[in-house]
Amino acid sequence: MKPAQPRANRRECLLGMAALAVFALPKPLQATPAAMREAIRAFTGGAPLLSGRVSLDVPPLSENGNSVPLSVRVDSPMIPGDHVTTIAVFNEKNPHAGVAVAHFGPRAGIAAFSTRMRLADSQVITAIARMNDGRFFVASADILVTLAACLEGG
Amino acid sequence: MAALLNVPKTAGRGEIIEIKTLIAHPMVTGYVRDDQGQVVQRDIIKEFICRYDGEEIFRMELMPAIASNPFIVFHTRATHTGTLSFEWRDEKGGIWRESAAITVI
Repeated sequence: MKPAQPRANRRECLLGMAALAVFALPKPLQATPAAMREAIRAFTGGAPLLSGRVSLDVPPLSENGNSVPLSVRVDSPMIPGDHVTTIAVFNEKNPHAGVAVAHFGPRAGIAAFSTRMRLADSQVITAIARMNDGRFFVASADILVTLAACLEGG
Repeated sequence: MAALLNVPKTAGRGEIIEIKTLIAHPMVTGYVRDDQGQVVQRDIIKEFICRYDGEEIFRMELMPAIASNPFIVFHTRATHTGTLSFEWRDEKGGIWRESAAITVI
C-alpha cells in the first residue's frame, strides 16, 4: 500500500498537468482557479489581456518549491512616452494568489526583474505587465514542483 | 540584517547596468508550524525600493510567496555619477538601508 502511493500521486499529477496544458493552450486564463482570476481582475480592472511582449522565464520542473527562480522581461523601449509601469506575478495554488509586484520608472532602462519564489504545488504562473498607456500584456508558464513549499520550513 | 549588493563601480554614460540585491530575512509565511505544533508568526519584508540620487527607479512589493533571503535583480540606466540607495521595509515597521556609489565615465 505505502510504496504504491507515491507512484499513483505522480501519475495523477502528470495526467493533471497534461490535461491542464492541453486545456490551457488555446485560452490560458480560463484554466486558472477563481482566486487567481479575482486577483488578476483586481490588478487590471477587467481590461483585456493582450498576448506578446512579456517573457516569463521559469524552470519547467523545480525540485524545491521553497526557492524557484523567476525572471520576467517585457519588450519595451522604456522611454518616458512608452514604458512599462508595473509587472505583477500571480500563482494559482499558493495560499495567496500574489507573488510580487514590481514598479518601474522610465529610468529603469529595461523592464525586467528576477527573484526567487515559493510554490506550494505544481501550477501555472502568470505575469502581467501594465504599460503607461493602460494596456496589459500577459504570459503564463507551467511549473512542476516536486517538493512543495509552505508545509515544510525554509 | 545583512544585505549583499552587486552594483558595478563604474559605467559608461547611458549604459544599462544590472543590480543584484540580497537581504538575510526568514520571510516567515505564517503557515509553517514549529516543533510544538504552534504556528510561527508571519514576518515578511513587504517592500523594496531602489533610488538613484533620491529618484525612485525600481520598487517591488513582496508577498509571502517570495523565498526567504529575498534576492532581487533589476536594471537602471547609468546617467551620472551618484549614489544608489536601497531600502527594505518589513510588516512590523523594520527598515534596512544600504547604498552604493557609482561613477559614470
